[in-house]
Amino acid sequence: MTIDARFKITRQNFTLDVNLTIPGKGISAIYGDSGCGKTTLLRAIAGLEKTPDGYLQVGDMLWQDGSFFVPPEKRSLGYVFQEPSLFTHLNVRRNLEYGLKRVPKTDCKVSLEQAVDLLSISHLLDRNSSELSGGERQRVAIARALATSPKILLMDEPLSALDLKRKQEIMPYLESLHDELKIPVLYVSHAPGEVARLADHLILLKDGKLKAAGKLDDMLTRLDLPLAHGDRAAALIHATVAGHDTEFNLTYLDFPGGRFTIAHKDLPVNHAVRLRVIARDVSLTSEHQSQTSILNIFPAVIEEITPEGNAQVMVRLLIQGIPLLARITRKSASLLKLTPGKKVFAQVKSVALLS
Amino acid sequence: MLNDSDLSALFITLKLAVITTIILLIIGTPLAWWLARSRLRFKFLIEAVIALPLVLPPTVLGFYLLIALGPNGPIGGALQSLGGQPLAFTFTGLIIGSVFYSMPFVVQPLQSAFSAIGERPLEVAATLRASPLDRFFTVVVPLARPGFLTASVLGFAHTIGEFGVVLMIGGNIPGQTQVLSIAIYDHVEALEYSQAHWLSGGLLLLSFIMLMTVYALNRRFSLRNVSGIS
Repeated sequence: MTIDARFKITRQNFTLDVNLTIPGKGISAIYGDSGCGKTTLLRAIAGLEKTPDGYLQVGDMLWQDGSFFVPPEKRSLGYVFQEPSLFTHLNVRRNLEYGLKRVPKTDCKVSLEQAVDLLSISHLLDRNSSELSGGERQRVAIARALATSPKILLMDEPLSALDLKRKQEIMPYLESLHDELKIPVLYVSHAPGEVARLADHLILLKDGKLKAAGKLDDMLTRLDLPLAHGDRAAALIHATVAGHDTEFNLTYLDFPGGRFTIAHKDLPVNHAVRLRVIARDVSLTSEHQSQTSILNIFPAVIEEITPEGNAQVMVRLLIQGIPLLARITRKSASLLKLTPGKKVFAQVKSVALLS
Repeated sequence: MLNDSDLSALFITLKLAVITTIILLIIGTPLAWWLARSRLRFKFLIEAVIALPLVLPPTVLGFYLLIALGPNGPIGGALQSLGGQPLAFTFTGLIIGSVFYSMPFVVQPLQSAFSAIGERPLEVAATLRASPLDRFFTVVVPLARPGFLTASVLGFAHTIGEFGVVLMIGGNIPGQTQVLSIAIYDHVEALEYSQAHWLSGGLLLLSFIMLMTVYALNRRFSLRNVSGIS
């Protein structure tokens, strides 16, 4: 299943003009600066933004083709708005039931209990929506959307109206959505941290146009994209917990390119994790250093080098096909005679565990 | 105390106010909804027409309605040529006059209540599978409850208090078109002050109780978020 979308929407001094295919599973992040058309695209997919000219097919459901337009209430989707969206005239339970009872019985795949359990909101059911905290409201809103058994879940920056503490409260639930849901999720965001933690795919918008789209780990390290530049440039690595070292209190994480050793994390063996390796924490050597405090050293092949300001370069490396970024000085690159295809050793000073 | 003709004036007044309020809610709700939502450029014309009774002397409105509804007027004449009766000096004529006269008092509170709700709760309801009509009755109506209450009470109270329009198109036929405000006027003219006191005092008390109820209830509602979502 895929989602094929083609929209041309003109608003005052802004035009969204995109033509894209989105994978039918996993979380696809729609990413870009504010004002780039992320929300407009999501609203167009939901049918909230009516355009005379557009095409949208989600799996085998045709939702728009020119003047053929399925109104939002006839599209089996869930939508989580950026700002709180609970009805104040209904309590939490009746908010949850509002969508559920409008879905034909034969289409009901998610029960109220499942949605309530997934977001851990059973203790809130009899409360008034105005009594809830911002984080609780968003959890109820997500559960309410899921209770309609949608074929696709659309989320418009569901965390952006929340403070850091609330964000961290909701994040685990979003991650569990990722693991439990069989449906595709479109997640609009302009926060790189959220995207790195949640997304599988990335759709990059710029000024109303599609800049690039693809698998997240690939997109983050593509030197032709802005994501792979600047202080926050980082590679994403999918790994699994291989074991723990009790003597030195360490945890081993395996990925296709080798094994990371990090300070102990209380995670079960075989647990899947995401690692973020920031480009400025990676240094390169032409020979394998043995007298060093750095534990994580991997043989790598240089794929591409681009200038990063006047004094530095950004290097894209492959560790057995897994991309990694290293930001080093232009002088070091010259001393080491770095060129594409050259074999080097990547020393990773620190890694961040995202989940 | 009250004589028979006072009682029938009271009954006619209440009947007029109830029927007028019901008619105004039925036509005022879609009208107010349209005014609150429409982005049409000429909307202001219709808003101005609806607001006219707020500033116009009631006798002016009554005068034009009398002409329109009378046997030689466009509406009365048309009715007569169809074999009906002209509407001037009838209870039906009173209702038509009152509907025009009290329209702004019903439409404006509804319009501002609908505007306050905004687009978002409706979009939320749409993504939760509610059709437009469903959205109106399950989201807009409950959220606009204070607006409906204010509109009903103001429409009702304002109809009870009208004088000029009623006098012009209803005349002053006891038992048919004589309403309280005119009965009071007649009593004062005849120097029957004690009866005028009874009717006036009763009207004053009734109006005060109704408005007090509205403001008390709306105060309770207004503690809730006006936009309808949280």
